[in-house]
Amino acid sequence: MKSFSYERVATAAEAASALGRTKGAKIIAGGTNLLDLMKLGIEAPDHLVDVNGLGLDKIEETAEGGLRIGTLVRNTDMAADARIRADYPLLTRAVLAGASGQLRNKATTGGNLLQRTRCPYFYDTAMPCNKRKPGSGCAALSGASRQLAVIGGSEACIATYPGDMAVAMRALDAAVETVRADGTTRSIPLDQFYHLPGTSPDVENDLAADELITHVTLPAPVGGEQTYTKIRDRASYAFALVSVAVIRHSDGSGRVAFGGMAPKPWRAEEADAAMAKGAEAVTEIAFAGANPTEDNAFKLPLAQRALAKILHGKGE
Amino acid sequence: MTDTTRSRSSVTMTVNGTEQQLDIDNRVTLLDALREHLKLTGTKKGCDHGQCGACTVMVNGRRVNSCLSLAVMHQGDEVTTVEGLGSPEDLHPMQAAFIEHDGYQCGYCTPGQICSAKSVLEEIRAGIPSHVTRDLANVVMNDDELRERMSGNICRCGAYANILAAMKQVAEETA
Ligand SMILES: Cc1cc2nc3c(=O)[nH]c(=O)nc-3n(C[C@H](O)[C@H](O)[C@H](O)COP(=O)(O)OP(=O)(O)OC[C@H]3O[C@@H](n4cnc5c(N)ncnc54)[C@H](O)[C@@H]3O)c2cc1C
Ligand code: SF4
Ligand code: FES
Ligand code: FES
Repeated sequence: MKSFSYERVATAAEAASALGRTKGAKIIAGGTNLLDLMKLGIEAPDHLVDVNGLGLDKIEETAEGGLRIGTLVRNTDMAADARIRADYPLLTRAVLAGASGQLRNKATTGGNLLQRTRCPYFYDTAMPCNKRKPGSGCAALSGASRQLAVIGGSEACIATYPGDMAVAMRALDAAVETVRADGTTRSIPLDQFYHLPGTSPDVENDLAADELITHVTLPAPVGGEQTYTKIRDRASYAFALVSVAVIRHSDGSGRVAFGGMAPKPWRAEEADAAMAKGAEAVTEIAFAGANPTEDNAFKLPLAQRALAKILHGKGE
Repeated sequence: MTDTTRSRSSVTMTVNGTEQQLDIDNRVTLLDALREHLKLTGTKKGCDHGQCGACTVMVNGRRVNSCLSLAVMHQGDEVTTVEGLGSPEDLHPMQAAFIEHDGYQCGYCTPGQICSAKSVLEEIRAGIPSHVTRDLANVVMNDDELRERMSGNICRCGAYANILAAMKQVAEETA
């Protein structure tokens, strides 16, 4: 691992200004993704800003009847929060479908949102990868792409966003609150927060270099029946091949977001509108223009059947 | 002002009840600090990447992977390793149950399994739900719950059935 300097900060303003004034600085929260990548030389920060002392570890109610989740709320605590369990069970289910008990005890809300792809070539520093080393090429395009994206990718990168929590947050219309070194704050809807790879797959989100996530907000509860289905190579402790977050109301209307399919949690509001017509109608719209490889074309019928099982109680 | 020239930091933490002050390279993980600096070699290094659970210890009462945490991030924390749970003369009930039920073969994963197993019972009793919890409002103790919650601890020797038996015994004894 490359040598780095380290500081602990006590406020969000200090953290943002440390990011702003220090070249090569990165935030460390739970450390469960960043340290993994630093050990492999994939991330090589010159300076780490430890935000664990910020105190942004509470879940508060908003004036609009929703929740405001501090970035340092651990995944375990978010999943176990009584309000989230009762009013946003989709989020509890998605968080609990990810990683292990030990990891969820450390992993934070902001860190989870920003976890990086699990593309095998991103991890293999001997291989070309435009995300890890811009301009070096993409080994996945001609390599093993079973886990990779079927939609939203580009000629530069077909990596997927690997996480579970954000898929539920996308279905719940969550937004990310941030602060910058100059003190300006903003709220970014999750869909705009994540960028598609285009020609610059190393840029994965909307954050500026000196911008810190402080909270994630959830609008007032939407009710309905909420389920998170994760399909993976083993029953636990594995990333999703395909996951489906569904909110369904008694009149047949609802929302659906998919994980494992694209470089970001994948949801099309026009597809939501087709929900009463069934799984095929939804996936036809959500995945119109999909461009799978031979290795990962199976994900399209798999996503449809996973949704069918939820909507119609069977696998078609 | 940010000092970007220092690659070492000092940190004070309590390990198994004893306060320890370390002046260490920022790169040292909690796992390496325990094993190489404090010579507490009970905690094991399997993958060093959060994938096996061999390095599981308790920090402020919660189980974590010590390989994915920097030692310098543990200022003021209370760390408990397998050595802190019990000694050969005075075993923790979970250690005794692992022996009684043969919850291991080579023993390499065992310290992590024991730390996790102890925490799993506490997490269920605290009402923290898991992936297999049917009713999120009512967390119960059963075999499926124990298995799912132990999925972050891999055993190459496949001692899983006996680990489950050890955990069930402790759960019943302490019910
Ligand atoms: C073996 C293993 C299995 C896993 N399985 C799953 C799984 O099945 N599903 C799943 O979803 N995830 C899984 N994960 C990933 C896990 O969820 C993430 O590692 C974790 O959520 C990251 O959170 P953290 O707080 O540890 O982030 P860190 O590692 O601390 O940070 C991650 C990134 O976020 C940045 N960051 C953190 N906080 C902020 C902030 N407030 N503002 C700006 N930037 C910030 C950091 O600079 C870094 O770039 C797995 C991980 C491992 C190791
Ligand atoms: S798909 Fe993306 S992450 Fe994977 S090798 Fe290609 S550029 Fe890298
Ligand atoms: S050594 Fe930490 S999880 Fe394997
Ligand atoms: S006892 Fe050998 S790895 Fe578990």
